[in-house]
Amino acid sequence: MSEMLQQIKDAVIARKRLEIQGLVQAALDEGMDPDTIIDKGLIAAMDVVGKKFSDSEIFVPEMLVSALTMKMGLDVVKPLLLKRGDSRSRGTIIMATVKGDIHDIGKNIVIMMLEGAGFQVVDLGVDLTVEKLVEQIETIGPHLLGLSALLTTTMPEMRRTIDVLREKGLKEKLKVMVGGAPVSASFAEEIGADGYGADAAEAVELARRLIGQAPG
Amino acid sequence: MDMLIIAERINSSRKWMARAMEARDAAFVQHEAGKQAGAGADYLDVNAGAFVGEELDCLKWVVRAVQEVTDSPLCIDSPDPAVIKGVLPLVNKPPLINSITLDPARLNGILPLVAEHGAKVIGLCQSEDKMAESIDDKLRLAGQLAENVTKAGIPLSDLYIHPLVYPLATHPPSAMVTLAAIDRIMHELKGVHTICGLTNVSYGLPERKLINRTFLVAAVARGLDAVILDPTDKALFGALKAGLAVAGKDEYCMDYIAAFREGRLA
Repeated sequence: MSEMLQQIKDAVIARKRLEIQGLVQAALDEGMDPDTIIDKGLIAAMDVVGKKFSDSEIFVPEMLVSALTMKMGLDVVKPLLLKRGDSRSRGTIIMATVKGDIHDIGKNIVIMMLEGAGFQVVDLGVDLTVEKLVEQIETIGPHLLGLSALLTTTMPEMRRTIDVLREKGLKEKLKVMVGGAPVSASFAEEIGADGYGADAAEAVELARRLIGQAPG
Repeated sequence: MDMLIIAERINSSRKWMARAMEARDAAFVQHEAGKQAGAGADYLDVNAGAFVGEELDCLKWVVRAVQEVTDSPLCIDSPDPAVIKGVLPLVNKPPLINSITLDPARLNGILPLVAEHGAKVIGLCQSEDKMAESIDDKLRLAGQLAENVTKAGIPLSDLYIHPLVYPLATHPPSAMVTLAAIDRIMHELKGVHTICGLTNVSYGLPERKLINRTFLVAAVARGLDAVILDPTDKALFGALKAGLAVAGKDEYCMDYIAAFREGRLA
């Protein structure tokens, strides 16, 4: 790997917010391909960060600041991609906290990591009714839906949401992943979700796997 | 002492406690009750929220078990008016209800029960669809809680306003916003109390207990007069006593000295 690419990757991992944009710009000036910068520099760095977080080597705010650094780097590359008419999205994901639950801290961390992995994420917020969700799925046509619940009392709403998607014939058109403190892999399976992520890094891995499988 | 301590350990979100509740292991729950009451708890929080669909049955069992071994009043911890209503007839002393929000279902379902049973109530600065984030939001929702409580015929001195606090790890200004809100609520809504839990603030950080203690001391200095915590945590209990002394709420530091003599400061 070129030294420049390594520097970009290191800067994201080490959360060097003041340096990242200069490094990315310098790589572009040298004629480096934007795709390479994104894949081998920025996204590759977030994979390392996600792993470190899963391994308890770093803490939540460290992960967030890395994601922030990654986004700042991406901001430098993005105009070039737009000029090429290439959104470079790895797939579209809708994220929401289910009805009756207004917690969003975990969901927002997952969103930052998904964006860091190159997905286009639409955040539908908290306390989301199934009706509104159905409407948004029909409009946006996402590859993947991520549902979050922090309360044991709102876990049944996850089941209901998936039931409604199935009734409306939408379940076959996308994958569903679930997460949140009281949620477990066995609960995910029981309600017919396609996967469960225990933390933000697992959610990214899961999204890659599920979108790889998604039809279309 | 001007500080109400609500002991948090009898909560089904704790893995061992949930197992004990599930197995109806009265000795385990009673041991926790006795330990916390002995450590200076004013109220014992009881929560069976992890048992979806069976919360009422489980909480009734917990209340009976706890009251067999202690006279401490209870803090009935459930968002569900039906669960609170079902448990109240079993409770020996006027309890603290944890909690209401501005969600009409909770206000209308729970406040009449609070009034009827001469209970106290915790009110979260949370509307139906939003948790208050800014100082102004927290103050506005606190005002609305006070209005609703007054309308229900409950004295303001029985209202414990919980301003909510977000993790420092994800919301850097959150602790200072909550501290400022505590200060303003105590000055602008005369007669109400403020209460806070301590564990949210440290989410995602190392040595969480250190952050919890530090936040508690700062909150006490700004006027917090009730807290949900683990009274058996010696370092935390010591920080609370020291914080009250520093805040001028422990005249001539008598409580602090007494706690020292009991070997409870560190």
